[in-house]
Amino acid sequence: MEPAVLTGEHFLNGDVACAEGALAAGCRFFAGYPITPATEIAEHMSKRLPQVGGVFIQMEDEISAMAAILGASCAGAKSMTATSGPGFSLMMENIGLGITMETPCVLVNVQRAGPSTGLPTLGAQGDMMQARWGSHGHYEIIALAPASPQEIFYQTITAFNLSETYRLPVLIMADEIVGHLSERVIIPDSSKIKLRSRPRPKGRKDRFLPYRPGANGVAPMAHAGEGYMVHFTGLTHDEKGYPVMTAEAQAEMVDRITGKIRKNLDRIIQVERYRLEDAEVALISYGISTRSSLAAVDEAREQGIKAGLLRLLTVWPFPEDMVRELAKRVKGLITVELNLGQIHLEVQRCAEGRAPVVLVGHAGGSVITPEEIVEKIKEQVG
Amino acid sequence: MNGSTSSQKHPLDGLLRTDRIPHIWCPGCGIGTVFSSSLIAIRSTGAEPMKTAVVSGIGCTGRGAGYVNLDSYHTTHGRAIPFATGMKLANPELSVVVFSGDGDLFAIGGNHFIHAARRNMDLTVICVNNLNYGMTGGQAAATTPYLAKTSTTPLGNPEAPFNLPLLAYACGATYIARWTMLHTRDLTQSITEALTRTGFSFIEVLAPCPTGYGRKNKLKASDLLKVYQEKAIVKNGANPAETILDLEQGITLGKFVEYDRPTFAQNYKAVTSD
Ligand SMILES: Cc1ncc(C[n+]2csc(CCOP(=O)(O)OP(=O)(O)O)c2C)c(N)n1
Ligand code: SF4
Ligand SMILES: [Mg+2]
Repeated sequence: MEPAVLTGEHFLNGDVACAEGALAAGCRFFAGYPITPATEIAEHMSKRLPQVGGVFIQMEDEISAMAAILGASCAGAKSMTATSGPGFSLMMENIGLGITMETPCVLVNVQRAGPSTGLPTLGAQGDMMQARWGSHGHYEIIALAPASPQEIFYQTITAFNLSETYRLPVLIMADEIVGHLSERVIIPDSSKIKLRSRPRPKGRKDRFLPYRPGANGVAPMAHAGEGYMVHFTGLTHDEKGYPVMTAEAQAEMVDRITGKIRKNLDRIIQVERYRLEDAEVALISYGISTRSSLAAVDEAREQGIKAGLLRLLTVWPFPEDMVRELAKRVKGLITVELNLGQIHLEVQRCAEGRAPVVLVGHAGGSVITPEEIVEKIKEQVG
Repeated sequence: MNGSTSSQKHPLDGLLRTDRIPHIWCPGCGIGTVFSSSLIAIRSTGAEPMKTAVVSGIGCTGRGAGYVNLDSYHTTHGRAIPFATGMKLANPELSVVVFSGDGDLFAIGGNHFIHAARRNMDLTVICVNNLNYGMTGGQAAATTPYLAKTSTTPLGNPEAPFNLPLLAYACGATYIARWTMLHTRDLTQSITEALTRTGFSFIEVLAPCPTGYGRKNKLKASDLLKVYQEKAIVKNGANPAETILDLEQGITLGKFVEYDRPTFAQNYKAVTSD
């Protein structure tokens, strides 16, 4: 067997770095369906999983890929799938099943420009609202956004840790540029990688209630084959996991599955603040767009403008309080993203009119340049 | 419905979630009998109950997962097979049973059936074929006979139905049987065989849906049972291409296919370990 953690310095593209991050996180089951620009994740997993005692399967479509990783997770495996826009759309119903059954797993969306088949080989960040609301009903989701191969390596580990801790599908919202960009990736020693696993039941099996939450709002998870005789369903259910078709049961269940995220925002949300202390103009960006944003902040500072960047590592749940706080003390906010204004809507909502909010973005297919951003920064202070 | 509703202690109590009875199935529905046969078969294998998991899709049949006192998963419409696939591959010690309806397994989920059979995924798939979508009120399914009336074919079904054993055979299923819910002994025997063997096993069971199909076609549950009795042609080993399911001409029943070939997991192991 080959090691699961390839400690050392490598030159990898984002897709491969993501796959290595998954293996380092303990992922041992991958089900997927080929799609540009995410295919390299599946290809790399097909080679590496058998080396570490795991299983790779190429399914007949993305619907079945998503279903298979949920089934594998219910049997105890850390599991993952990876796709892009069209496949992401097909996965939506079973994301909802994972949310409702509270099944940990990781789904990578290497975004390409849409709608529809769009620009298969060119990047965008146009699926951000779909990530938030794409499956029907009201729920909370966790979505991370990496800006480099090194970051996607770490974020994949974080995604597994979050999915295990809070028992839900966690999304990595990468994009074609990060997926296909090759850069230096340092993989640390496995002893330096902190792994979390789902809470597990203790005590008498016949008294176990599969959906009775523990202290942080998350219920311990029993796996198929362990003798707990659990029932999992996508129907609204009670603590036993049994269907209950009432508004009261619905309120209780949805409150709990949203509450476990809402009550742990401080533990979940990660951001980076860059030159924000004295900033008069604050950029808010995530993923690949933060690279141009960082350059734009430095350029604006060169020109004597106090600019800063709130870099969102976690996009969902949205860091509402941080944006509210920023809006109170800056002259202007600028959302930078590769779409026509999705996270921008969140920024506007949280700014509550306290500061003007403008967008630097386009429909995808190329990166945003630092120059475009600097222009907007100047307009904001001018 | 069958004995599982009775207030006396039932021999399958250990395998039933008695705290979930009464069940949702209508009087005269055939699903309960198939469900009981499945539980009897699970018990008769002598395998540890905790090593069997039941996966269902959505539909009246799909509710089966909710009544069985085993690890049981009631998934999304059509996706029981891929969910079961992930479960089986993650824990090969599990015996994974898919219990679902004809609409679930062969319309919305048809693609997954085809590929799981092709892979010879080690699963036991039990399909309750009531010739329609019971749960949503008796619409046409991929199994509805030509010209039959359903709520979405009020003037008669213009489509031809699948012959499920033939479909399963063409896709590579390694065990194929068809029974009706009247043939409980044969049915239980087939499910037991399927559970104790390795490979993709498919058992189709005809069962009446008096509320949906029956009402629209003026067939009471007892009428359909009479058809099952009178039209049954038991032909073990029949060539799946020569089996028929025709409420007038006859219904070929039996164990049609059983052969061995490597499963997905066996082949995966062979090609990845050198
Ligand atoms: C994606 C999706 N589409 C439609 C439905 C509605 N629906 C629920 S059950 C069902 C048909 C079930 O038919 P079958 O599998 O034959 O089960 P039966 O009720 O006859 O046992 C449909 C269409 C659904 N739940 N999900
Ligand atoms: S609608 Fe039909 S299939 Fe559903 S429970 Fe009633 S009789 Fe059975
Ligand atoms: Mg049906």
